[in-house]
Formats: sequence, structure tokens, C-alpha cells
Amino acid sequence: MRKTSLNSVYKLAKNNKKVVYIGSDLGAGILDNMKDEMPERFFMEGVSEQHIIGMAAGIAMEGFIPYVNTIATFLTRRCFEQIAVDLCLHDLPVRLIANGGGAVYAPLGPTHLAVEDIAILRSLPNMTIIAPCDADEMQRMMPQTVDWPHPIYIRLAKGGDPIVSRDELGFTIGKGIVMKEPIEAVYVTTGVMTQLALKASELLHKKGISSGVIHMPTIRPLDEKLLKKYIPKVEAIVVIEEHRRIGGLGSAILELCNDEMPEETSKIYRIGFPDAFADRYGNQNSLLEYWGITVENVAKILEEKLKIT
Amino acid sequence: MFDNRSKELRRLVIDMVDVGKRGHIGPAMSLIEILRVFFDSWLNYDPKNPSWEERDRFILSKGHGCLALYAILADKGFFSKDELKTFCKSESILGGHPERPHVPGVEASTGALGHGLSIGVGMAIAAKITNKEHKVAVITGDGEINEGAIWEAVMSASKHKLSNLSLWIDSNKLQSYGLTSEVLDLDPLADKFISFGFEVLEVDGHDVSQIRKTTAKIPTSLDRPTVVICHTIKGKGLPFAEGNPAWHHKSYLSDEEIADMYKLLA
Repeated sequence: MRKTSLNSVYKLAKNNKKVVYIGSDLGAGILDNMKDEMPERFFMEGVSEQHIIGMAAGIAMEGFIPYVNTIATFLTRRCFEQIAVDLCLHDLPVRLIANGGGAVYAPLGPTHLAVEDIAILRSLPNMTIIAPCDADEMQRMMPQTVDWPHPIYIRLAKGGDPIVSRDELGFTIGKGIVMKEPIEAVYVTTGVMTQLALKASELLHKKGISSGVIHMPTIRPLDEKLLKKYIPKVEAIVVIEEHRRIGGLGSAILELCNDEMPEETSKIYRIGFPDAFADRYGNQNSLLEYWGITVENVAKILEEKLKIT
Repeated sequence: MFDNRSKELRRLVIDMVDVGKRGHIGPAMSLIEILRVFFDSWLNYDPKNPSWEERDRFILSKGHGCLALYAILADKGFFSKDELKTFCKSESILGGHPERPHVPGVEASTGALGHGLSIGVGMAIAAKITNKEHKVAVITGDGEINEGAIWEAVMSASKHKLSNLSLWIDSNKLQSYGLTSEVLDLDPLADKFISFGFEVLEVDGHDVSQIRKTTAKIPTSLDRPTVVICHTIKGKGLPFAEGNPAWHHKSYLSDEEIADMYKLLA
């Protein structure tokens, strides 16, 4: 997914002289092709994330479209004020490509996990947040980022994730995608949790339980229209996200229900990370497992939720 | 040195304070002569077309000095002087910190300190990419450069050899709490910038002729950014406010205090 996003930046830059890439201090050789062919629009600026956001803002004010790339948690935790003031207040078309969204950096510990990044950025006016589920979807999404008139946060997963997105379902910024039509219950997911939900749905199908999957690659702005269409139709809604249960996609959906269809609120269950820092290392999967985010467990949760309702 | 024009611009500041009954008075008064020279004789701009592509870019990174900026922008016709009489009113374009795009002539919304130089670096880089001739100037406060992000931007400006960028430090030696030398000492400031790869100039920030001569030296180099350390007096022109941290920001001003300020600037 990361490779696809960077290849896309290269292709976009080749076709559009306004596209600029700004990295912090990323791995050797990154985007060498762009550096060689378009050196005036390739920047590697060092471990100075706050400055990079401001610099990207200044470049965008002059009509360019900067793609800023660094580790997700350094963008969101460290640069909150720069993102709020320089990017969102000015409503500039800067794109933040965030490596390691969620538990990807589990072995590196809590300084590197990006598990409240959505909550942080969801609070900012003008910000758009996108978490594609696989490399194919990344490829469909990236060309649309060029003309989007607002700042965008693009949350990357680990890479090598199974391809589940389908070309015929398309991709539009701000639109959710019905991966599997909901009848009794529905999983609403973002990022690679969509893969998990599809597997859980399959498992439930074998037990005679029908569950749909709605993938929300864009978390902000939320596709309220789609959610308002499906939420009243089903008996249970289970939101799964690789993020703390505070402030993410689940919270966004609860807020929508609370504002516009409060009678639906009790149908919603949020699966995500607890209100705690990680107290172990391992890897992405082992951390997900430790926090109960497995195919079997999310299937069980939906089944129980159906029984209750 | 402290002629009628300097007094007149300061009176415009008081016109705003008279309406809002508040404002960062000290930080505005130290800026007047620098901004006066910038807009009278140095920067290229068109007040009737503030987004004219060839204009020089100017960012007041110490956004709390906006009273001085609003005064000079109104004086130059970016907007009517009547607008000054709305300072800090609910519907005014002129708030306690300057905002783009509400205020014609304001390139970037500032107020949170330590942002303007990075934005200026981005603008200067963009000008280099497109081979544009315009210059980029940024004013920070001296207290403001406590911010670490400023030094990230300084390294970047130097790395990119941004000869089209100049940083002006309104060095009034006083931050909100007290002396900069006591809160977080910046000295030796010139040496710091030399070691970061900048051309360094120093000027009496209230001497119009000296400031004008300094602007004529910029760009000082073909491959280095310039910093001008402007030695100023916070609250300049109002003896009771000069060098007095209590006048960094006033959230209430009596009619007598305002009358006193007008009297001193008559």
C-alpha cells in the first residue's frame, strides 16, 4: 500500500507540475525516480516535522499540491498545531501520507503506534481522512487527491494486505462502499479492518447469520447518506477500527446517530483499542489479538449483539 | 527619527485600541518603523490587487503585532481606515491576530508563534521552483524564536540557499513575562544565525534611514538567506509603556489611558 501510494505520487508528479513530494527522514532510496527526474519537486527535509507542515503550507499557498510523507504518529501528535493552523485554517490542498496507521509499528512500542490519529484529526474543520483497505484501493484513490480542495490525511496500513476491494465498486472521496449487502446486521469498517470483517461475515454465514460489510475508506467527511440508509434497516451495527475506541469511526457514527436518529444508537457496538497505551510489543497481529480484534471474536460479538437486540 | 509619519501610524494603532479597548500595544509599537519602511519603499505590492502574482510576500509571524500591520495596510489602501474602527468587533475582519484571507494584504494567519518562517520558507522554495523574482520577508518577535520550529525552519532556509528570503527579528528584548535575557536567553543571537548559515545584519529598528539602507542590501548573498536583527523598544513612543512588560497585552484600557496615548503622539 505504501509502495503504491509513493508510485502514485511519482505518476501524479510526472503528469502534473504542481505536485511536490516532501519527506522527513525516510528510508534510503525512497522515490529515487522522482528525485532523479524532478529534483526541483522532491524534498527530504529531515526530522523536522513541524517545519515540514508549515513549509508545505507555504508551497501550497503558491499553487502547488504538496504530498507530505512521514510516520503517522509524528504527523498527528507532534504537528497538531501546524496541521490545525497552517493547513486546516487556511484550508490548503496539502496531502499527508501517514506511514504505519494503527498497530503497524507494534514492535516499536507506544511512541510509534498511531492509534489516536483519527480522533486527533477528526476534530479539525476542513480535514479529510482516508484509510484505504488495500493497495488496489490506494491506486484508485490517489488520482482523486489531486483536485480535492482540502487537506487530506491518508492513513497507510502495513502493506502486503490481501486485496479485497473491487474495481466495479469504484472509489470516491467521501463515499462509503457496500462490500456485502447488509440484511440482519452490518460491520462498518475502515482501513484493513475491512478484510477482517469480510472474514468474520463469512464465518457467520456458515452459522446461518447474515451480515453485511460497509467499508468506509473516508472517515471524514462521513458518508452520512449511506449510513442513514442502512442503519435503520439492520438489527445490529458493529464498527471495527484499528484505533482507540475513543474518537474514531465508531464515535463518528455514534455522533451521527445521536444527532439524527437517536433511536438507533443502542444498536451500535464499537470494536477498537482500549483506553490505554500498549503494554507489549510483538507485531500488528499479536497486538490486535491481545486487544480482542480477531475474526472469531468480532464474529462472536456480532452474534451476541444480534441475540440481545 | 520619530517624525510625524511615525506618530501618525501610531495614532492609527490607538484608534483601534480605542475601539477594542484592548490589544498587544507594546509589540505593535516596536514594529512601526520596520513596517513603514517595508511598505513605503521596499516591498512590491498592489493594494487594489492584493493577490497580484508578482508581489513580494510578507508574513508577520508575530501575529500579535497585528495592530501595526493593520495600521500600515489601511494607510496604504488595502482597506479603508474606517475598518480600523471595527477592531475586534464580532463581525470585523480585523481580529486580535491577522487572518488570511479575511484581511487584504495578510499572506498567512498567524498568532500561534513559530509558524510564519516555515510558511515563508515554503513560499521562497515555490518561487525558486517557478523562477519567480519576488522576495519573501518574515518578521518574528524575539520571544517567538524560543520556538523550536523556528530553528527547524532556519536550518531548512539555509539548506535551500534561500537568498530570496529574509527574516527580520523585532528584537525588543522583552517577552510577555519579562526580559528575554531572563526568560530564555537568546544571546549570542547573531552568532547563532551565522553558525546556521545566514547572512546577519543588525539595525536600529526605529531608525527609518538605517532600515531603508538595510533593505537595499538584500539579497545580501546569492546563496544564503538573510536575517536582520532589529534592535527595538517595546512600546516605543509611549514612555509609560516602553520596556514595561505590563504593556505586552492590555485587555482593558481606560478612557484616560487612551487620552494619554493620543496626547503623547500628537
